[in-house]
Formats: sequence, C-alpha cells, structure tokens
Amino acid sequence: MTGGRFWPRLVRPTERPTEPRGNADKAERFRLVMLPHMDAAYSFVRYLTKDPVAAEDVVQEAFLRAYRSFDTWRGDAPKTWLFTIVRHCFLDIVQTQSGRGQARDIDGWTGSVPAELIERHSPESLLAEKNEAAMLRATIEQLPEPFRETLILRELEELSYKEIAAIARVPIGTVMSRLARARQMLAELLLPGASREARA
Amino acid sequence: MSLHPDKIPLIHGFVDGELDAANVLAIEAHLKGCNDCRAELARIEELRGLLASTKLGDRASDRLREWVDAMIDRESGAASQPGPVAARLETPRRRRSGGGITAHVLNGRWASGALAGALAACLALTVAVPQLTRTDIQDQLIQSHIRSLLVGHVVDVETSNRHVVKPWFNGKVDFAPPVPELADEGFPLVGGRLDYVDDHEVAAIVYRRRLHTINLFVRPAKTLSLPIGGITTRHEGYSLVRWTADGLEFWAVSDLDLQELKLFHELYIARASP
Repeated sequence: MTGGRFWPRLVRPTERPTEPRGNADKAERFRLVMLPHMDAAYSFVRYLTKDPVAAEDVVQEAFLRAYRSFDTWRGDAPKTWLFTIVRHCFLDIVQTQSGRGQARDIDGWTGSVPAELIERHSPESLLAEKNEAAMLRATIEQLPEPFRETLILRELEELSYKEIAAIARVPIGTVMSRLARARQMLAELLLPGASREARA
Repeated sequence: MSLHPDKIPLIHGFVDGELDAANVLAIEAHLKGCNDCRAELARIEELRGLLASTKLGDRASDRLREWVDAMIDRESGAASQPGPVAARLETPRRRRSGGGITAHVLNGRWASGALAGALAACLALTVAVPQLTRTDIQDQLIQSHIRSLLVGHVVDVETSNRHVVKPWFNGKVDFAPPVPELADEGFPLVGGRLDYVDDHEVAAIVYRRRLHTINLFVRPAKTLSLPIGGITTRHEGYSLVRWTADGLEFWAVSDLDLQELKLFHELYIARASP
C-alpha cells in the first residue's frame, strides 16, 4: 500500500485528539450528530451516482473523512457540513475514474432537454409504467447535472437555498436558476401536455 | 414558455418561501396581473405535489451502517495503533468487480486525493461560511430597513435635534453612536430607533435624503474584525455601505443610489470625528 505512508503522518497530528478519553467523546458525539443523516446522505449519493454500489463506496469514504475532520465541525448545520464532504467524495471518486465520466457534465450545462429524453419519457409511456415511484426516480436520474443535484437537495432533502449554495459552493442566485431549470425540465417530462404548451 | 423569464426564479423562490418581504410583495403583485406566470406557478406546485407524494429517498443498507459503526470504533480506539490503512483492508466488501472504486480507494493516488479533498473541504467551510454570514446580515439589515418603512415605525424618538437622539440611546445600548448634524448637506436627521439584528440590539439612526430614508445601523465591531473603510454593495435593489470606526461597526442601508449613499458615508465620517 503506497498510501500507507500518507495517512498516519499527515492525518494524525492535525486531526486527532491525543487522549483516548477525547476519542470516546468524539465517537459518541459523531454518532449522535452525524449518523442520523446517513439515509439522507445515501439517497443523495444514490441520485448522483445512479448506482447503489458506487453510492455505498462514496458514503463510506465520506463518513470516514467526516469522522477524521469532525474536529473542524463548528457545531452548526451538521447536515450541510456532512453533505459538503459527501459531495466532495463523490466528485473525487468520479474524477479519478477515467472510464465512466458520470459527472463530466456537472457544471455549465445550459441547454434544453435532449429530444431523446422526451421521446423515451413521453407521458404515454410514463403512464404505462407499473411502479410510479420507480418511474419518477428514473426520470429524475435522467436530469443532467448540476440540475439533478440541486433538485434532490431541495425536494428530497428539503434544504434551504443557502444550505444548497454552501454545499454546491455556488451563489444563491445560481441555486435559484438551477432549481428553476431543473423543475422546468422535470415538468416537461412528467406533466402531461405541459411540454407541448411550453415549447409552443 | 412564460412571457416573463426573468420572473421564473422568483416564482420558484416564492414557492419555496425563500423570498424576503419586498420580493414577496413584488411577485404577488405581478402574479395577480399575469396569467402566464400564474400558470407557471400552478405547474410548479403540481410538480412539487407529485414529488412530495412519492417516496424518493433510500435507506442506507444495514451493511453500510455496520461498516460505518465499525469504522468509528476503529478510528476512535486506534489512536496510537494500528494504521488506519491496515484497518481499511479488513472491511467486508461486496464487489461486482475487483477494479473500479475499490482499487482507487485503496491505492496511493486515492489517499493523496482524499487528503486534498479533506483539506479542500475544510477550506471550503472556513472560506464559504463567513461570506454567507455576511450576506445573511445584509439580508437582515435590508429586511429591518423595509420593516421600518412598512409598519411606519421608522423611529422611536422622532426629532431633528441630535442632542435629543444621542442621549436617548444612552442606557438602551451599551455604546454611544455619534449623531452628527447633516441637514445643511441635504441629509436631515429624522430620529433614532432600537433594532434587533443578528441576535443583538443595534442602534438605528435615521436620516433622510429627499424622499428616501437612510437607516444607519450601529453596533459594536467584533473584536477580531479588521478596520473597514467603506465597503459598498448593492443587494436586492438596496444600497449598503459598511465601515468601522472607534470600535463600532456601521451599516448604512437605503434605496438611494450608491453614489449618494457614499456621499452620506463621507459626510458622516467627517462630521462624526471630533
């Protein structure tokens, strides 16, 4: 393991309290404050990766990093703090994976909904789906980044614009326009008739 | 598409309850008169209803919970020994293939990336948070400014005599904001008010410029804050000038344009210092 040289030397002195007693407190506090957000973190990553196995990897790494840097948490908005780390882990993992390029399009996407998306998810074919929830989730997964991420943080995690801005590290105005765009795209895909009007 | 693309983000902000009072009033007025935007609002609400009525979240698997639990035990117990990397190798993992993420997680490149990421995350937190806080204070000040105008409660003590305003603050706040006379320069004094911003009492000194009201909020400067000479910003249609002097922090808020508010700032500074 080449990485063995890195961890102990750089991580330990700065991020670890020295006494075992402090460690126990820290562990207990971490369990109390951060673990309740595990489902939310997993759901979030699941939508980012579109892959349950990869999502588990990201969450594992994120919780490890979160625990090691728990001393830097200032005691407010634990979910925002955790999600910032989670998102970082996701980007790191995706960026080191040359083959997949899932988040290649995460910034700067401004175009309209690709035509083939609308074809595949026309209202008619959507109605034919047996499981509405699965259909809805699949449709959300079709949204390009960064719109998917913004939508999930707002609609699923119910975070405020300010919290989303902190997690995605963009101005609040950008959160607003991304969310508006995400909902617009989703409405075109999901609401019967809406897309026709909208594009007319 | 709606006829007012510039209003769309505001409609979303309205639906999400993220707008301040002024923007809520503005968008409500607009919605009253605009069918297209009302239809857009209905669409957004229909979509949100659909999303809310469906279970979109996932539950973390028991295996993942156990892993995190074991990780915490390991990390908290293994302060002196053995290396965390060795510990990682023992983790039970189910994989579809040997490569991919696992390989990256376990090799050296990943480790340095993780460190860089953790550092970046720490930096992001320390850098991003103060900035957000500042915007938050600006929001609060602007809302306070708007509120003072809306409810007609601009001043608690109404007088153009600075010798009345200054003592009035005495005993109400534990600092003494300077109240210079600026009427001859076109900024008549209206009075003073107590306000509450960012969990602290602040003094609001109210001046006027023609028909515009200027709220000058004064509070003790944070001990660690650097001296500020006059930072100007436009925020949601309002002008703000911020400066510090003699251990006090000043925020002038108005719907005046920035130039005139800067003039006010300069005059105030010149007259306030003995």
